[in-house]
Amino acid sequence: MRIRATPFFRFAVLLVVAALMLTPLLWALAASLRPPEIPFAQGSVFFASSFSLANYAKAFSLAPFARYYANTIMQVVAIIGAQVITASLAAYAFARYRFPGDRALFIIILLQMMIPTAALLVPNFSTIRFLKLYNTIPGIALPFFGSAFATFLLRQSFLSLPRDLADAAAIDGCRWDQELRNVYLATSRASVAAIVLSSLSYHWNDFLWPLVVTQSDTVRPLTAGLVRFTQMGEIGAQWGLLSAATMIVTLPLFIVFIVFQKQFVRGYISSGIK
Amino acid sequence: MREVGVTNRHRVLPYLLVAPTLVFVTAFTLLPLGESLVGSLFKHKLNIPRFQIPIYAGLGNYADLFKDPEFLQVVANTGIYVLALIPLLLVAALVLAFLLDGRIKGLAFFRLAVFHPTVLPLVSAATIWMFFLTPGYGLWNQLLHLFGYSGPQNWAGNPSLAIFALALVAFWKNVGFLMLFFLTGLQNLDHSLIEAARLDGAGGLRLVRGVILPLIRRQTLFVTTIAFIGAFQTVDHVFVLTQGGPSGTSTLPLYYLWQLRFERLDVGRGDAVTVLLILVLLAFTITNTLMSERHEN
Repeated sequence: MRIRATPFFRFAVLLVVAALMLTPLLWALAASLRPPEIPFAQGSVFFASSFSLANYAKAFSLAPFARYYANTIMQVVAIIGAQVITASLAAYAFARYRFPGDRALFIIILLQMMIPTAALLVPNFSTIRFLKLYNTIPGIALPFFGSAFATFLLRQSFLSLPRDLADAAAIDGCRWDQELRNVYLATSRASVAAIVLSSLSYHWNDFLWPLVVTQSDTVRPLTAGLVRFTQMGEIGAQWGLLSAATMIVTLPLFIVFIVFQKQFVRGYISSGIK
Repeated sequence: MREVGVTNRHRVLPYLLVAPTLVFVTAFTLLPLGESLVGSLFKHKLNIPRFQIPIYAGLGNYADLFKDPEFLQVVANTGIYVLALIPLLLVAALVLAFLLDGRIKGLAFFRLAVFHPTVLPLVSAATIWMFFLTPGYGLWNQLLHLFGYSGPQNWAGNPSLAIFALALVAFWKNVGFLMLFFLTGLQNLDHSLIEAARLDGAGGLRLVRGVILPLIRRQTLFVTTIAFIGAFQTVDHVFVLTQGGPSGTSTLPLYYLWQLRFERLDVGRGDAVTVLLILVLLAFTITNTLMSERHEN
């Protein structure tokens, strides 16, 4: 669908919009590469005369970013792995069997989509402390092991599978777990990808929950590490250094996004139904 | 219809398969909700000896909240934030969707430019903006200066501007995400309807208002709902940019909740705020569901 505007006008507007939208990130990137000894001053805020990685080296020496990375990755892998497993089991049951109470159970699970876990941080904090998981990676990850969104999406996908195919598998003597893996999951790759990507971008970026259930660098993820870094006393207004830390936290996933842009966008669209 | 290969085992199996999801959803969504509902009826403050053991107070926590100028300030802040952010966000997302729909040179680049902030963690976006908004050489002020702005420079530190600094970051971060849903809507439109309207002489704004907007009503409703729900849930930028200040003028609901529970150790009141927040969020979701169902019929 196109509104008739002159192509040139449309192109010009888009060019201005793109410049405005890209400026913050590009400026921070330029600032992070600025030699620390060249101060910011009016007039020469964008580029210095040369590039330097000194800010990156200093940021790495001031905070354990490698540790933060490992923590974020462990947390995200645990959540995604658990979600895909629990959701495919539940979705298989809902799609394949009729059993007393199935509708009620499905609705109970769907309630989770209406009540954002983010708002429940106070009671969930007590639960995690009660389970003695405070300041551990399982403590960050556990509340997200069951996902109504993933269950819903996979059930939809399983239901769209021709019944005959599953029946044929059952007649062939497939056990339920073989049937789930080789028939249902094998034909639902797109849904699994959407779940993985939307969960990845949510939990990689999540900040408040990990902040309240962690207290030390050994388990803290990237987001909480970055915020702590920005608030460190000795850093003050060293913008080059802060920008470098931001880039360290941001760029890797950003590059993954650029490479898998299409899949990410699909994941985002389906995550919208949350 | 008879299941193929139904055995006794299959009477129990479905329940076992559903159990893990059900256990986690119950333990971390349903029970906590009940816990907050009950907890909100008790005075329970960890830093005051007399209230370390919860004491029943009926609706006392709620009554106290609505008398507390600080809470009323949070409500006012949220109102300003939502009013400043959401209309602008929706209009910009729609306009961008129109601009980014269809062929144009450099389309992939333009889409990336508009969409890329969605991928960044909000804490990173806020850190970048903290730098962008710096008084003095920050590019934001220099940009505004080009348009003749000569007001206060320190947005994050100014009592009447801090909330707008937060809205600005949220706008930049989310406009591309919302644009995506409008774009999907536009791309699924029935072109013959548009052509017919065009032949009838509708053009430009009239075409948009009279034909296209009604056709993408579903998307609009949906985008509005996620924009509202998002606005009530985003908090990371408050931690980075303003810490709710100066003097509480940029405290948003989740930040207030965090302060109550983890700085002031007021568990009872934290539970009451949790309940109120959930009620507001549920109201948005339920309205959306009801309205889209009515539209379907």
